[in-house]
Amino acid sequence: MIEAKSFAITCPLPLFDHPRIKLAHGGGGRLMQRLINDVFMAAFDNTTLREGHDGAVLELPNGRPVITTDSYVVRPLFFPGGDIGALAVNGTVNDLAMCGARPLYLSVSFILEEGLETETLWRVVQSMRVAANAAGMEIVTGDTKVVERGHGDGIYINTTGVGVIENEIRIKPQCIRKGDVIIVSGDIGRHGMAVMGAREGLAFTTLIESDCAPLWKAVSAMLSARIDVHCLRDATRGGLCAVLNELAQAAGLQFDVVERDIPVAASVRGACEVLGLDVLQVACEGRFVAIVPKSDEEQAIEIMKAHNDAAVVIGRVTDGEAGLVTLQTAIGGRRILDMPAGELLPRIC
Amino acid sequence: MKYVDEYRDPETARKYVEAISRTATRPWTIMEVCGGQTHAIVRFGIQDLLPDEIELVHGPGCPVCVTPLEMVDKAIEIATRDEVIFCSFGDMLRVPGSDKDLLTVRAEGGDVRIVYTPLDAVKIATDNPDKQVVFFAVGFETTAPANAMSVHMAKVRDLNNFSVLVSHVLVPPAIEAIMSSPENRVQGFLAAGHVCTVMGTHAYGPLANTYGIPIVVTGFEPIDILQGIYMCVRQLEDGRAEVENQYDRAVRDVGNPAAQALINKVFRVIPRKWRGIGMIAESGWTLSDTYAYYDAERRFGLIDTDIAEPEDCISGLVLQGLKKPSACPAFGKQCTPDHPLGATMVSGEGACAAYYRYRKEKAA
Repeated sequence: MIEAKSFAITCPLPLFDHPRIKLAHGGGGRLMQRLINDVFMAAFDNTTLREGHDGAVLELPNGRPVITTDSYVVRPLFFPGGDIGALAVNGTVNDLAMCGARPLYLSVSFILEEGLETETLWRVVQSMRVAANAAGMEIVTGDTKVVERGHGDGIYINTTGVGVIENEIRIKPQCIRKGDVIIVSGDIGRHGMAVMGAREGLAFTTLIESDCAPLWKAVSAMLSARIDVHCLRDATRGGLCAVLNELAQAAGLQFDVVERDIPVAASVRGACEVLGLDVLQVACEGRFVAIVPKSDEEQAIEIMKAHNDAAVVIGRVTDGEAGLVTLQTAIGGRRILDMPAGELLPRIC
Repeated sequence: MKYVDEYRDPETARKYVEAISRTATRPWTIMEVCGGQTHAIVRFGIQDLLPDEIELVHGPGCPVCVTPLEMVDKAIEIATRDEVIFCSFGDMLRVPGSDKDLLTVRAEGGDVRIVYTPLDAVKIATDNPDKQVVFFAVGFETTAPANAMSVHMAKVRDLNNFSVLVSHVLVPPAIEAIMSSPENRVQGFLAAGHVCTVMGTHAYGPLANTYGIPIVVTGFEPIDILQGIYMCVRQLEDGRAEVENQYDRAVRDVGNPAAQALINKVFRVIPRKWRGIGMIAESGWTLSDTYAYYDAERRFGLIDTDIAEPEDCISGLVLQGLKKPSACPAFGKQCTPDHPLGATMVSGEGACAAYYRYRKEKAA
């Protein structure tokens, strides 16, 4: 989680000449130049950006380069435990981390809606700065477009991340083997419930904060300890349920997980019970599944617990039916854990 | 989590399963009426824990599933209008109408909103005086008090831009319809606990007497359901046909008199068409004459129609407990949660969707 108090959120004075974003801020003229200089440069300042070139020329350390891209849309822009800026940096950091890559550089593209408060943009940009610094990344290139009022949700952000894999380890679903253990890095479902609660004004979710966080440090610690990580995947949309199904399908193996072992905060569980949502399908933004050989289980758990005390083994990989995920239920029954259908819709009663 | 974990304890579950196994000397077919119970049964894998003698069949108690196609089409017609903000519980949005669902209406520009209580829709109406706000009032006796309250509030506040599209149905007439069917296989019922929280248990005595069936008012947690099954099996083995209350931590025999008074004021009983089953006499509610001004069908001048269900869909038989979802030729093939042919595949409480999500390996 990004501490909102860890940076000054006051917008530089000249921007109050334009308390709201206008179409001209994306028009390529003087106003856009001021936006770039007073907001983006002021926040992201680094040597590459200062060159003011059309693109960033990157220095990469030895290893295999990795590139990933993602677009971020969330309503509301600010929610308990995070905001769209932190999300846009951490999400891409985490996609790199799941490949085993050290995050290095980030591009940022903003699509702003005419009428957006400049102060709001400033807060988001500051949050991105803090998140990028925390991940050890430089924001080296970017773009801004402004769309007419009513044609966007305030801010959309696309980030592309570049990182590098500095060892020979192969981390991918095809490396998963029968007998491997399935570990989840922390309690699940916080992000989805925090955002839903903030969006819908649900009083009973006010204590839930998003789990939005960078995951590279935990991954890096496992790789440094030479854990034979077979696969990693962060649980975002579709939650833990989607991740397990995707990996079981890609690996062509069966996953058996135990419901009672899956960590869920009481506040999240309670909110899901009230709304009739399956917590296994609720989004996270700072949790991942690690699949490692049984022989590395203890060491992997020890390292992951140092980053999140709730990290725990939730199941194992078998050579049963390819692509099947089964769940041992809380009362000892067993059922299929199927891929989520899509949009989470609260049940009637 | 308190009041939940006690009812999901594996050791207690094991004891009830053992007790059921010891008690049942021959096959019994028991129907859980409520969709919420169906959901819990499949979510917790309860059927797999039970001995072979006990067959659970899934009843018509999912409001999303039994709302007739015509009513979904009416909702879509209203929601498409420019002047309307259409409010609904979440899972009604994915129910297929004749040619689209409410999510599609939203994608096409309609203002369709998910609300968590009908009172939110009243607030939306207060905040948007230049719009017509319509709430899709579906459900059984459980959702009726809040739905009735929303209409009552609108009247008290003199809100002229609020109305409800009512598709309320009642449990006892559905039990009667199932028991009167010549093809009926059901020998005992788990009645819907939350329905009885509102309405009490008095309506079930005559049903138990007339049809000679045990009716156990049952809750929704796994231990509730196992205990309900145990009580039902014990009655069946003893040859008794009584109304028993497993869910006594929530249900009083008289129900909730204040809620009943409001319901009786706002609604009146009418015949209703049930999706997949057909018309059942005195099986639903519509607005009473006093509150008829808030009837969306009247306000928007909608005409009654009669629309045939897709031929491949056996959801009617599933809702009556005559067929299992996996017996449908379309199950998991032409009909999936992503492309539902019938409403039982749409709602998380629908028997077909529940089977698809949790019991795929058992598909025919």
